[in-house]
Amino acid sequence: MPKRDDLEKILIIGAGPIIISQACEFDYSGAQACKALTQEGYKVVLLNSNPATIMTDPEFADATYIEPITVEILEKIIIREKPQACLPTLGGQTALNVAFEASKKGVFKKHNVQLIGASEEVIARAEDRELFKETMHKAGIELPRSKTVYTLKEAEDILEDIGLPCVIRPAFTLGGTGGGIAYNKEEFRELVTRGLDLSLIREVLIEESLLGWKEFELEVMRDKNDNVVIICSIENFDPMGIHTGDSITVAPAQTLTDVQYQKMRTATIKTMRAIGVETGGSNVQFAINPKDGRMVIIEMNPRVSRSSALASKATGFPIAKIAAKLAIGYTLDEIPNDITGETPASFEPALDYCVVKIPRFTFEKFPGADPTLTTSMKSVGEVMAIGRTFKEALQKGIRALEIGACGLYSSLSRQEPYPVSAETRDKIKEYLIVPNEKRLFYIADAFRGGFMLDEICELTKIDAWFLQNIKDIVDLEKTLVHAKKLSADLLGKAKQYGFSDKYLAGLRSVPEKKINDLRKKYKVQATYKLVDTCAAEFYARTPYYYSTYETECEVRPSKKRKVMILGGGPNRIGQGIEFDYCCVHAAFSLREEDIEVIMVNCNPETVSTDYDTSDKLYFEPITLEDVMNIVRKEKPWGVILQFGGQTPLNLALGLEQEGVNILGTKAKHIDRAEDRDKFRTMLDKLGLKQPPSAIARTIKDARGLAAKLGYPVLVRPSYVLGGRAMEIVYDSESLERFVHNALVSSMNQTILIDRFLEDAIEVDVDVIGDGHAFVIGGILEHIEEAGIHSGDSAMCLPTFSLSEEMLHQIKEASYALARELYIVGLMNIQFAVKDNNLYVIEVNPRASRTVPFISKAVGVPLAKLAAKVMSGKTLEEIGFVKEVIPPYRCIKESVFPFNRFHGVDIILGPEMRSTGEVMGIDSDFGRAYLKSQIAASQLLPKQGKVFISVKDKDKPAIVAIAKRLEKLGFEILSTEGTSAKLNEEGLKVTVLPKLAETRPNILDYIKNRDVQLIINTPSGRIPRKDEVTIRSAAVLYNIPVVTTVAGAVASATAIEMLHKEELQVKSIQDYHREIKK
Amino acid sequence: MKAVLLLEDGLCVEGAAFGAEVETIGEVVFNTAMSGYQEILTDPSYRGQIVCMTYPLIGNYGITAHDKESGCVQVEGFIVKERSRIVSNWQAQQGLDEYLKEHKVVGIENIDTRMITKRLREKGAMKGVIATGEYKLKRLKEKLKASPSIIGRDLVKTVTCTEMYEWTEGLEYRGASEVSEKTKTVVVIDCGVKFSILRNLKEQFNRVIVAPARISFPELITLKPDAVVISNGPGDPEPVRYVISLAREIIEKLRRKELSVGLMGICLGHQIIGLAFGGRAEKLKFGHHGGNHPVKDHATGQIDITSQNHNFIVPEYTLPQDELVPTHVNLYDRTLEGLRHKTLPIVSVQFHPEAGPGPFDARYIFEKFKKMVDSLG
Repeated sequence: MPKRDDLEKILIIGAGPIIISQACEFDYSGAQACKALTQEGYKVVLLNSNPATIMTDPEFADATYIEPITVEILEKIIIREKPQACLPTLGGQTALNVAFEASKKGVFKKHNVQLIGASEEVIARAEDRELFKETMHKAGIELPRSKTVYTLKEAEDILEDIGLPCVIRPAFTLGGTGGGIAYNKEEFRELVTRGLDLSLIREVLIEESLLGWKEFELEVMRDKNDNVVIICSIENFDPMGIHTGDSITVAPAQTLTDVQYQKMRTATIKTMRAIGVETGGSNVQFAINPKDGRMVIIEMNPRVSRSSALASKATGFPIAKIAAKLAIGYTLDEIPNDITGETPASFEPALDYCVVKIPRFTFEKFPGADPTLTTSMKSVGEVMAIGRTFKEALQKGIRALEIGACGLYSSLSRQEPYPVSAETRDKIKEYLIVPNEKRLFYIADAFRGGFMLDEICELTKIDAWFLQNIKDIVDLEKTLVHAKKLSADLLGKAKQYGFSDKYLAGLRSVPEKKINDLRKKYKVQATYKLVDTCAAEFYARTPYYYSTYETECEVRPSKKRKVMILGGGPNRIGQGIEFDYCCVHAAFSLREEDIEVIMVNCNPETVSTDYDTSDKLYFEPITLEDVMNIVRKEKPWGVILQFGGQTPLNLALGLEQEGVNILGTKAKHIDRAEDRDKFRTMLDKLGLKQPPSAIARTIKDARGLAAKLGYPVLVRPSYVLGGRAMEIVYDSESLERFVHNALVSSMNQTILIDRFLEDAIEVDVDVIGDGHAFVIGGILEHIEEAGIHSGDSAMCLPTFSLSEEMLHQIKEASYALARELYIVGLMNIQFAVKDNNLYVIEVNPRASRTVPFISKAVGVPLAKLAAKVMSGKTLEEIGFVKEVIPPYRCIKESVFPFNRFHGVDIILGPEMRSTGEVMGIDSDFGRAYLKSQIAASQLLPKQGKVFISVKDKDKPAIVAIAKRLEKLGFEILSTEGTSAKLNEEGLKVTVLPKLAETRPNILDYIKNRDVQLIINTPSGRIPRKDEVTIRSAAVLYNIPVVTTVAGAVASATAIEMLHKEELQVKSIQDYHREIKK
Repeated sequence: MKAVLLLEDGLCVEGAAFGAEVETIGEVVFNTAMSGYQEILTDPSYRGQIVCMTYPLIGNYGITAHDKESGCVQVEGFIVKERSRIVSNWQAQQGLDEYLKEHKVVGIENIDTRMITKRLREKGAMKGVIATGEYKLKRLKEKLKASPSIIGRDLVKTVTCTEMYEWTEGLEYRGASEVSEKTKTVVVIDCGVKFSILRNLKEQFNRVIVAPARISFPELITLKPDAVVISNGPGDPEPVRYVISLAREIIEKLRRKELSVGLMGICLGHQIIGLAFGGRAEKLKFGHHGGNHPVKDHATGQIDITSQNHNFIVPEYTLPQDELVPTHVNLYDRTLEGLRHKTLPIVSVQFHPEAGPGPFDARYIFEKFKKMVDSLG
């Protein structure tokens, strides 16, 4: 049966901004779906609020709506585009939730749109815990003992049946938000209350605790003829109790006998049928009691998931692409397996390697957040590593993480005698018992410290097989340290175990180069094997490689002109999808130029690691050793580093020393932008200003210098890059505390002190250059005042408050800098404007986070053009010679993970904390800002109560805002201090007491949802405890909080817009047409 | 201890020995199943063969009491990338190394099994020898050269049972299917039958009697079978003339309506039935060995992921089309996977509906067979 011909136009819903539990994997799946459906001749309409995605590139769909993902917007798009079908299963939980809601409201029925992939009933059966239970019951699949409750009272009543510890799972939330394990009654009540609040339908499941059970996941696909195949089995290294997203996972399953596995496989297929997923991919999670093998089902997702992206990369089977094709009527046997070309997709991939996924955490960004791993996901990214053995894959994965570990490093001191002291034992024990991001390393230390395998097994509940493999690594490590000579055999074995040269060098106390030389001498060289879906049973056409130390190497280097692109590695805060977007564009662009593109990356969520994106894919850690191994094999003409963020740039020096041709801006010019002194000299030469700054080595130094520069000052230890550990200090007391901490934490530290330009307007400029000609890609004006990390602040393009004269100055300065650095490719400049003076804050001669947003805004694919320029073309040749200023407003707003980190204050600062971004586009600022807020789930109210409490400095400015809100019908609540000012200005205000005083206070209003908007600017660097409590409570209860005056002004404008008219939608293609006019 | 693997084409790779320290020779085949090494080791169809596992990590969950397919290890030798140093499973009773030692079978590890697999794929299955300790390459080469080919050899005689016995274990532990009344008796002609076939049959039949492959037709009749299954087994079907004759006799009697039994062939049994109808066997380049082959049922369009283990096939064009109807096809290489007689109660499948190891998708074959037998009255 061929594809459906009753459909013409299909609407795909994307996943929106990157948040914890929904990262670039849904760009990967969405982009694949768009491509697949377009190739099949369908018209594709797309809704996604995230501009940093490949799928929202205008050529990926016939009409792309970068609009908030809400039912209202969805309906407007449906009315405008009249699609016949909507595919909601490729955009994560966001797409599924909005589709479900729209379906319940009758939107699809009303406009004659068919939900394909998963119907309303299917979504309900999989997502509604009670229905799910009932369905599984009927299908004869065992579940954990559990009960659904709707009130705290009900929960308390059933606690006895279920027992403690127990798991609390709110229904209909993202990635298990608000879930948790309760060990005592107090925790139980707390978690149930919060869960009820977070659940869209106020429903919470109380469940038997499966803590310590083995956890598995199967990726499954079904076609309309009821053919079902399992794409991949995944076994979690971490036992039940830790969210799969936060667990180290391994594919395929390692510790099940065939019968045990087949039973799980059969249960998965039964589940698929019982839930009724007609077509597409799903995943099903199981837990197994390691003592007796009792197997229970945990959950099923009737959609493509993060694990599907992992499974696709782990097996070579493109789940999302196939899911899209199944949704339009194909059956699995009608779709060819791309990799073999000759066999059909109706099969189950066979792996002849081991895959390890390791999550990437960023707790350092959220001081005060609980770093214990639980059933609520906290990691922001992941890496995948492939090896012929678990040991090899694990060690490759560790160095791919970029957490400063080139192996299973030890936290024990080298002098510590073995076995270790009781004190050390206790410390290790603690890290083994309480799941945390460093547990893996403490397991190794436990072996080093003389713990027995059984003991570690008992403490961690991690399967003995995994532990034994870590022990094997530690045992070999010992041999490596004590061996008289590093023989060819021993070195070969170490490499097979996945040891990096750098780690080996550390063990042998020799320079890394020595190990590399030895490898050359002994011919211990990396070999490359194919990921081919079939364990070599068939010839594979798709060049998707991983390194290992084996007998045979399968790479077939071509004679073509080759360019290697280094990707960005794992997602983290500050380096995410934006950089992958740039890498993908570079790949597309160079392929157009008939250059062979070699992609190197280790992030399974990405589009860059789709084997379709480049000519050759190497799924490898981005370290000098791993990259050089590939360079030696492939001998590329050039390597591109400037698209992958900081990760590849860190290798620049090393690669250059190895004689690698680095494309783009020359290293010496990059150095002029990065070296403080050279940078200052350059600015002086160009007559550009920089905020006054100084370097301090002692507390005394710092005190004097800061006083000279004048408070407030921006301080940071010199060893950290970017926004890490940066602080704005307003007085000498805070300065001393900061400097003291920084100096204590590291010897020989210097502290950088900059004059902080308070209330300055920040501006981001992206420039593209070919070394001779330069064009501004876009100028972004920040909405929040200076002091907030550029990755966190909202921005607008075109600028909205700068004078023509200032804009002219900015442009001149940008061109001067680009010319001076002979920019080839992209460059990002951060300016600050204060009192009509222009200051240069930072220059980054590489692609920046804002590139995708600007590209979408101005309709010019900057990264693509940059890659062409880097391959030798001029801007004139590629036809980009003039800055584009669109006749509409585009707002970029950031999205934060505060709901994952309870108790962490949400105010913004110089440390970046956002995980993703959204884009709001409309004809004027108010509408565009409103859209950006809706898209970022900051649901500004039309009316109701607003709580206003601001610091003294902001009091004059807040009056105007309060007046505007009052005029719109808002009732104003305030604290004593702020209300005095407001009263003075004739506003009617209800004064609320401080938290410790009488009640009801603002917390009661929040809990009763009797306040709809909170405007609360922080009183200082160390905010008052009350403020933090209020802001955290608001986050918990999903009440919008504005923490800056600028944000409050913009919000008031947006709320005024809400009163004026309904929002309208327009496709990005239509917007871009307006530019051309 | 050091071990070496030498292939017929001259490839010689060194690894480490495990299991028994013996020298072995056999046809080298690869298997792509990611789990189920114990079933593979004990599958009599592997007699005469050295199995190379494409999945690199073997032995992780140990050896259990539940997962054997015959009374002993059948493979001639075992090639893996990495043997687990530990067993980890609640059912594990011993480790792989110990198990192979007990059964006097050699294993070799730390081998680039993907390279071996590619070679077999490109050049076809070939003979190989595994030796442990110090070896003389020349002697091994000569030994390899002198060893007989698998073509034309009757390996069934080495694995069939010597005495008749009754099988009593069902699928209890493997997730039993829902079965109605069981009244009938099935006799299994043991060409090297896997226990999983017997377990599945026990689920459908009242009595399961296993008979030696050389059982004569009169002897068979005295057992009063309602159904006869010709089992899987090792090697080339052509030299197993005695079973082919038995099949012919059954078919002849069925034609003449002098007998009322349902006849089923599995794998080698399927080939034997094909040959009994005048078909010809052909050797595949490197065979089908794994648990992920898609097989389509022509009647329903349903695709099952099947367990496969055969080097020989009976091509469709060699079979009488007026009598036999192809029921299943392999979607990888379009080879014949199942047959049905147009009028007589005869069915056969090339794949392994009993799994062991592999997916349970095709178990319905046994249910259908039971229904067919039941309908005979």
